[in-house]
Amino acid sequence: MPSNGSVSDAPITQFINCRILRDHKLQREDLWVREGRILDPEKLFFDELGYADERVDCEGSIIAPGFIDVQINGGYGIDFSRVSEDVSGGVSFVAKKILEHGVTSFCPTLVTSPAAIYHKVLPQVKVHNGGQHGAGVLGFHLEGPFISAEKKGAHPEQYLRTFRSGGVQDLTEVYGSLDNVAVVTLAPELANSQSVVRELSQRGITVSLGHSVANLSQAEEAVQHGASFITHLFNAMLPFHHRDPGIVGLLTSDQVPAGRTVYYGMIADGIHTNPAALRIAHRAHPSGLVLVTDAITAMGLPPGHHTLGQQVIEIQGLHAYVAGTKTLSGSIATMDMCVRHFKQASDLVLLDDAINVKATFISGEEVWRKEP
Amino acid sequence: MRGHMIRPDPVCSDKKLPALSTFCVFSFQESNTSSVQAVRCVLKLTMKLIILNDYDQASEWAAKYIRNKILLFRPGPSRYFTLGLPTGSTPLGCYKKLIEYYKNGEISFQYVKTFNMDEYVGLPRDHPESYHSFMWNNFFKHIDIKAENAHILDGNVADLQAECEAFEEKITAAGGIELFVGGIGPDGHIAFNEPGSSLVSRTRVKTLAKDTIMANARFFDGDLSKVPTMALTVGVGTVMDAKEVMILITGAHKAFALYKAIEEGVNHMWTVSAFQQHRQTVFVCDEDATLELRVKTVKYFKGMMHVHNKLVESLPQEPKKN
Repeated sequence: MPSNGSVSDAPITQFINCRILRDHKLQREDLWVREGRILDPEKLFFDELGYADERVDCEGSIIAPGFIDVQINGGYGIDFSRVSEDVSGGVSFVAKKILEHGVTSFCPTLVTSPAAIYHKVLPQVKVHNGGQHGAGVLGFHLEGPFISAEKKGAHPEQYLRTFRSGGVQDLTEVYGSLDNVAVVTLAPELANSQSVVRELSQRGITVSLGHSVANLSQAEEAVQHGASFITHLFNAMLPFHHRDPGIVGLLTSDQVPAGRTVYYGMIADGIHTNPAALRIAHRAHPSGLVLVTDAITAMGLPPGHHTLGQQVIEIQGLHAYVAGTKTLSGSIATMDMCVRHFKQASDLVLLDDAINVKATFISGEEVWRKEP
Repeated sequence: MRGHMIRPDPVCSDKKLPALSTFCVFSFQESNTSSVQAVRCVLKLTMKLIILNDYDQASEWAAKYIRNKILLFRPGPSRYFTLGLPTGSTPLGCYKKLIEYYKNGEISFQYVKTFNMDEYVGLPRDHPESYHSFMWNNFFKHIDIKAENAHILDGNVADLQAECEAFEEKITAAGGIELFVGGIGPDGHIAFNEPGSSLVSRTRVKTLAKDTIMANARFFDGDLSKVPTMALTVGVGTVMDAKEVMILITGAHKAFALYKAIEEGVNHMWTVSAFQQHRQTVFVCDEDATLELRVKTVKYFKGMMHVHNKLVESLPQEPKKN
């Protein structure tokens, strides 16, 4: 029986027999959703005299907020950095497939590429909500080309750039329009980067520090200008040193402006970071940790050779290397693997105790369910 | 065939226990099963003191009693069972059991109307310590009661007096309360009828006594300043109007209040004592709550448990679920 309609006539769904994550604990509670928003059932009962139209039995599963992947370069044969006939089709294909991993929103990531690629690819994908068709797109994550040559990792050296035209001008030259961009990774030690950090932050674009040899003061300065994220902590940056912690030092820096948090992405695939290092970072700054996959084209594909941007990658088991080298090139772990690995050290996901995704919901609507 | 037998209680000839006069009225009616027959051979116009070993057993007994009362009433769309309800730590076990019986399919609250005893004044309704939140989290959200049938005083309206009067009217409109379940404070109060309250009082605004504020401080991080100082409460008279009253009393800290309530006279300083003059009262206690009673009283009522326990036996399965 629905409510008295004093607030809304939309149907109400009640998820029963589930455990939800609340106050940092798993609690046995029902979850109530209407029109894509989580409801306060007490308010519903006393104000609207209402209760659920539909009940979904979760059979004891854990309900978690849908996972958000802010660094994913492609998957299932799709490479976001490679211009194809149908860029938005490729993004949509991956968006649909990652629902199986419990990801309900993501930032398609472009690695360092020539300006031509950005100009072609960026306008073709708009920010949009998720649904039956796939996970929502929050905006692009542009990882490069304004990064350090020494810490390029798998990025192609010939396309790296500095802010030689003064800063903001370079952004327009290289990227074109920033309308559908959510995150930009850059190296703060590059000259003129501070004005860029400020400009991007003011536009609401998250500035992330990574692929950099910055020392702690350079990193802190960037944070003060608006940077708020670190791209795959520990990887592609100077290692922690007790007299100059570098970017890693931001986790416990006292120069972070009051009220702001520095978040850091970590690839918890068991390969990019030693679990002990993962734990050190988590214990130092637990509220800043963000799990990312940094998944590449080959995620979801069998072993062999594949392309990433302008380079060729080789898959060996769970490892992905730049072909012919031992340089790690992104990961092929899926988000639920990362969460599982991390646990062992509404948008919603139903999990069993081993953190296997059983079903994914967007705005309260089931968009994927595991075959029994 | 109807038979009446009035047996004056040997205990009541003892002048020290004037309050415990018990009259047994047996009426024989045609019934099929012996347990239903036993239930109908109920002691009417009684005060029953039910003593169980511990809190869990007391909670279970009380819950079964309520369950049986509702089932025997056979509530339906034009015949609601009206239940008065308390809050606090004492009834929690009883609520848990009732929820269990609902989940087992033994009972439904679809045709039950509830009236809570009290609510704080000025505490936001969604505050975790408001009695609305208490009832939602500990009872309503687990059962099938309809929201429009769950009545709790609203301590945040502009005109508190009007709210109290409206509450009394709602009770009257519902046909009065069949069974009012309540607790007892360490100072012997029922609901928020603090010592000194009129024994014929109705639903009204009350200022809380220091004892009560201190007892409630544990729900507000031990900070006395955070505890509300006023509350809306049903009056002693309001509860006395109910057809039957059940008081839950558990724990040694309530023992003195229980003693004052049933072994001493009716007194407005210990407002629960008013129920000595109610037609049908049941006090459900655990051993600890009887620590201040006379051994004689306790032995007498414990000796009656085999009779009283018939009231909580499972009723025969009905083909139609109530």
